[in-house]
Amino acid sequence: MGISMLKEAVEDWHRFLKDRNVNSRKVKVHVGNGLFLQKSWESLCVGDVVKVSKNEYFPGDLLLLSSSYEDGVCYVETMNLDGETNLKAKRSLEATLCLDDDEEFSRFKAKIRCEDPNPSLYTFVGNLEFINESYPLSPTQILLRDSKLRNTEYIYGVVIFSGRDAKAVQNSTRAPSKRSKVERKMDHVIYVLFAMMVLISSISATGSALYTESEKEKRWYLRLRENIDDLFDPSDLVLSGLLQFIRSLILYGYLIPISLYVSIEIVKVLQAMLINKDLGMYDEITGKTVEARTSNLNEELGQVEMILSDKTGTLTCNQMEFRKCSIEGISYGGEVNEVDFVASERMNIDVERHRFSLDGSDSTGRSIEMFDLSTADASIEKEILHCNHGLDDPKAQNSRISVTGKESIIKGFNFRDDRLMDKMWIYRSNITDMVTFFRVMALCHTGIPVENNQSDRMMYEAESPEEVAFLIAAQEFGFKFCERTQSTMILQELDPSSGLVVKREYKLLNLLEFNSSRKRMSVIVQNEDGDIFLFCKGADDVIFERLADNGRTYQQATTLHLSNYAEDGLRTMVFAYKRVGLSEYEDWNSIFTKAKATISSEREELLENASEMIEKDFLLLGAVAVEDKLQKGVPECIDKLAQAGLKIWLLTGDKKETAINIGYACSLLRLDMKQLHLKLSTKAESNQVKDVKEEILLQIESYNQMIIQEDKKDSPFALVVDGQALQISLGSNLKHLFFSLAMNCDVVICCRVSPKQKALITRLAKQHSGKTILAIGDGANDVGMIQEADIGVGISGMEGMQAVMASDFSLPQFRFLERLLIVHGHWCYRRISKMILYFVYKNIAFGLTLFYYDIYTGFSGQDLYDDWYMVMFNVLLTSLPVISLGVLEQDVSSDVCLQFPALYQQGQKNICFSWKRIVGWILNGILASLAIFTLNIYILSSAAFDQDGNVADIEHIGTITYTSIIWTVNCQIVLMISHFTWISHVLIWGSILCWYIFLYLYGLFPPVYSGNVFGIFTEAIGPAFIYWILTLLVLVVALFPYFIHITIQRSFYPMDDHVIQEIKRHRRDITDSPSWLKEQEKSKKMTQIGFSARVDAKIVNLKEQLHQKRKSVYSSLTNSPIYKSMMREETSPQ
Amino acid sequence: MNYFFLFQCSFKHSVTLHMHLYHVGDSLFDCQSSVLLLLIRACNLLYQVNKHMKAPIYIYYQLDNYYQNHRRYVKSRSDKQLLYGLKYNYTGSCSPEDANNGLPIVPCGLIAWSLFNDTYSFFHGADALKVNRKNIAWESDRNHKFGKHVYPFNFQNGSLIGGALLDPAIPLSDQEDLIVWMRTAALPSFHKLYGRIEEDLHADEILEVKILNNYNTYSFGGRKKLVLSTSSWLGGHNNFIGIAYISIGSSFIFIALVFMLLHVKNPRPYGDTTNISWTWTGISS
Repeated sequence: MGISMLKEAVEDWHRFLKDRNVNSRKVKVHVGNGLFLQKSWESLCVGDVVKVSKNEYFPGDLLLLSSSYEDGVCYVETMNLDGETNLKAKRSLEATLCLDDDEEFSRFKAKIRCEDPNPSLYTFVGNLEFINESYPLSPTQILLRDSKLRNTEYIYGVVIFSGRDAKAVQNSTRAPSKRSKVERKMDHVIYVLFAMMVLISSISATGSALYTESEKEKRWYLRLRENIDDLFDPSDLVLSGLLQFIRSLILYGYLIPISLYVSIEIVKVLQAMLINKDLGMYDEITGKTVEARTSNLNEELGQVEMILSDKTGTLTCNQMEFRKCSIEGISYGGEVNEVDFVASERMNIDVERHRFSLDGSDSTGRSIEMFDLSTADASIEKEILHCNHGLDDPKAQNSRISVTGKESIIKGFNFRDDRLMDKMWIYRSNITDMVTFFRVMALCHTGIPVENNQSDRMMYEAESPEEVAFLIAAQEFGFKFCERTQSTMILQELDPSSGLVVKREYKLLNLLEFNSSRKRMSVIVQNEDGDIFLFCKGADDVIFERLADNGRTYQQATTLHLSNYAEDGLRTMVFAYKRVGLSEYEDWNSIFTKAKATISSEREELLENASEMIEKDFLLLGAVAVEDKLQKGVPECIDKLAQAGLKIWLLTGDKKETAINIGYACSLLRLDMKQLHLKLSTKAESNQVKDVKEEILLQIESYNQMIIQEDKKDSPFALVVDGQALQISLGSNLKHLFFSLAMNCDVVICCRVSPKQKALITRLAKQHSGKTILAIGDGANDVGMIQEADIGVGISGMEGMQAVMASDFSLPQFRFLERLLIVHGHWCYRRISKMILYFVYKNIAFGLTLFYYDIYTGFSGQDLYDDWYMVMFNVLLTSLPVISLGVLEQDVSSDVCLQFPALYQQGQKNICFSWKRIVGWILNGILASLAIFTLNIYILSSAAFDQDGNVADIEHIGTITYTSIIWTVNCQIVLMISHFTWISHVLIWGSILCWYIFLYLYGLFPPVYSGNVFGIFTEAIGPAFIYWILTLLVLVVALFPYFIHITIQRSFYPMDDHVIQEIKRHRRDITDSPSWLKEQEKSKKMTQIGFSARVDAKIVNLKEQLHQKRKSVYSSLTNSPIYKSMMREETSPQ
Repeated sequence: MNYFFLFQCSFKHSVTLHMHLYHVGDSLFDCQSSVLLLLIRACNLLYQVNKHMKAPIYIYYQLDNYYQNHRRYVKSRSDKQLLYGLKYNYTGSCSPEDANNGLPIVPCGLIAWSLFNDTYSFFHGADALKVNRKNIAWESDRNHKFGKHVYPFNFQNGSLIGGALLDPAIPLSDQEDLIVWMRTAALPSFHKLYGRIEEDLHADEILEVKILNNYNTYSFGGRKKLVLSTSSWLGGHNNFIGIAYISIGSSFIFIALVFMLLHVKNPRPYGDTTNISWTWTGISS
């Protein structure tokens, strides 16, 4: 217990240091007369005016007063709050714009009224009373704690909520102390043992009292009547019974494996060390390893059934890469995705096999046609596959595939296509649209260039990383965006006619911003020739509905490409443009300016309407696809985890489209999956809560119906929920329905969820399903979820340590989760379960002999063994082998674990620590104790035990029995261990040897200390031959029940791990690799998500196509005259 | 291999009726129906040796239903006093036999106090058979646990006399009966070494055993037995271990045969995968 407390204390101390570190961060605070001084965060009060500089975190929730920009805009990064990577613009009130200098604040006085502190991140209600006027405040003026100032030199703000009241802090949940399921079940086992102990103690106590009462007269040699010992006082039987009871509790305390807690503590620390030191989970790039921050949950890793994962920074590395584009209906940047590639590869193998088997059955004449047919099949098959690739050059395909593996040289640009690269596009036929396409890419954005000294390439900063990717891509294609002023944008363009670089200046007339409801962004620019263009980029549906009739030339091709891109998990965007006449523009501009100038609630609506007026009649240019770059190995990892029977839910603060993209990219989603969307219709937002509830209820019910009707096997379901719908679904009366729906789906994706909601989902999922849940995330917004889950995993690769600090395990990369769960989790689960069971066994086997003996002593509580023997039992003689079991045991090696992820399901089903097993082991312990006790007692008590006619006394019998126990429990562990190392051998045989050494040394002590043990080994029992053969006999008999059990189980009812062990031992993986592979395939079947499942689905799909094609070929063949004549020839000789 | 003779001298006793029943082999007979003999607590027993017994022949007395292992009894001794004698004063564990008349008792405690005091003498016709009563205790006990200069003191001087008296002139290390008795037995039925007959006993020889039946086992219905036994490398006569070895060995062979039959009838090839869980849940593509 002391060890556990110490461990917790160290962990708490680290937490404390971390807290102090945050509290003592400095910020500039106004102290009066326009003077700003550095102060620590903890001394900050509500109402303080603070100045925050670029890239600093906000010390609390602030009201933005003014910024380094004239219009009071500032950009904040809220990744820690919601996981969104794009910068958000915040805008101060017009009224406070003037406060843009330190001096101004000496006279500044205002009053803020606002709502009470609450955890809602996206709402704020309040008003500002400033110079006798009241201004309403909205979330746009609020800078939240834990977000960061970006792209803005400095801001001034007033602290509204500080410390605990800050919204981000309100979102955090208290760190719970976690215990694993196995450990909680172990408590129940302990209760059972405790009950057993109380039972036998009360038997002992009652027995003792009755014995004392009945024998007080008869047993003169005990002198019971003379009241000198309270334990045997016939005059007060109740008291002496009670005392006996207490003594029995102490004596039979060996039934309760108290040392188990210590051993488990030690084992877990050692396990954690092994996990930390695993080279398979070492990230070479960051030089970080997996860190088990608490060692309490090692075995819980082997029982995880659901993974709740954050997206940004966890699955993705928060980096956008330009991957593909479709210009004028031609797709560039390669077309094959890996799923198709692998599927076709596998299909080819199958075709080969198929043909081989047909060749083999060459006994009938018919096989000739069959063979013909099969070759025909193969060619058709190839044709289909070929179509599917849509490739003109198979070589290009291969090079394309190999490229994906490599890292791109330019950050944010992973595009290979010889037709466009290296300025080759200028040789293509129709380039006017292409030039416009590139211009849209280079002009329609909010980014600003940042000088990069190292090379002539520009670096960019923008609201979203996508825009950065576009800018970089544009630069690669020869349209370098190099300067932005308030009203102009300067490009260095490659002139396609001359092939030279020219500098062109564009006048930025208007910028129609992007927001989630508009889903598009437009710029209106005027080139040097005075032509006005509107460049627009946006989501496909939004753009397509705004196309002019003559602008739809490429729509069909582009749509096809878009769906292909989307299936690959790429984020797509459609580019379009229109030419605006000068007069048309001026008319519109006046309306727009007016709308912009309006300061009322209608402003948004007016602006919206104005935008609608100009954003129409577009000409479609094409589409681009950027990849939200996944971390290394994420799809493979998810694939393996899915095979291991884990459900994966994606919880992200990001928007729905992005979440779905990533779902595809990770192979969580696939095309033939039914996506169930749970959302509020836009109209409902303003409606009553009740209506909204009704709506969600209807949706959930209809989806549930749908799932019941469909055969789940054929069509997997994916549930996509957005934050608002989730908020309602998690309400008290809907949550049951919601979770039963969610549990029936193969994948659940929740988007736009707040940190609090993440934690809430985690908690409710845990409660509702009773499953073990692992949450993985990297940012501060995942902290709640990480703390709430059974196991919280933090990604330590990126900046920000909050998630890691709150986590139980930290990983440098998501992909290590595979090894952590499937290998270490599996092992640790088996280790800890076996260890606990063994502990239970050995303590029962030992403890019960004490009880049996007690019966023979008239329940007087006399112990059979010397006190020192009993002390040594758990300390030295049996504790070390069990530690080696707990640390080193493996059922199969790590690579086999990874090859057969289905083995992981043993942990999910909890078969190693089921009540059946526990009871089995208790029975085994009872049998062993009976065998040990009866054999020893009967054999030794009946006659002299050595040649000199000496008879055994308590000490002899005790020592001999104890020897049997030591042998039995130590050999029992030999039967349990399936992976021996020299350490286990040394510890097991060493423990037995230790007993003899101990006995010898103890016997050397002077008799005053050693009592009757003095010289016992050398003088009495060592030379007695019967001692040794008795030990052997008892050992064999005591282990016999377990031996029979494992023999029957192994031979007739083998478990998965047994079979795999046998296969592995037979070296089937080397000698018979096809069947080894076949088994591997089989172990992967069940899953619906992940890369493999996707490939399988694709194959099924392709096979269907093939089958149809084959049918048509076959019918044409059978109808042909040649076939008919051949058939006739074949039948005629008979 | 070893010869085992059992003389059972069984005393059934009640306050009103005194009767001796001697138990030899399987036949129960009234050996000496004289009530008088009983009153002087003596009992003679004739016995015919039915097999040749090679020396040394060990004489044991056996007590049944005698709880030498009762915790109260086991603890009631002072090892230090046994070794150091009166120099060692603290004898609290010996209570109530720690002191008498204000003087300490050596050896103290219930075990010593209740020392067994039946005596046996063996006659070969008229000649007394020599019984060696030396070296019946463990050597380590004699040399290291019982003081060579510790003499019985104030022993059995109280109002209650338990068992045997000790000769105050003989040091404890030479009181071998006491040393043997102080080795508390593990079970309520035990036997202890009394002495050795160091000459062969031939078949059909008639032995006469004179028993002085001093020790009180009547009150708790304890039974006394006298055992003559030779010893071998496996210790005394012990059928149990042989039976155990043979029966367990044969049951193993039997079970092995059963398993073999089961395996032949219903073989499971090594590494066979039909039993693997992902196969028998019947998942197919």
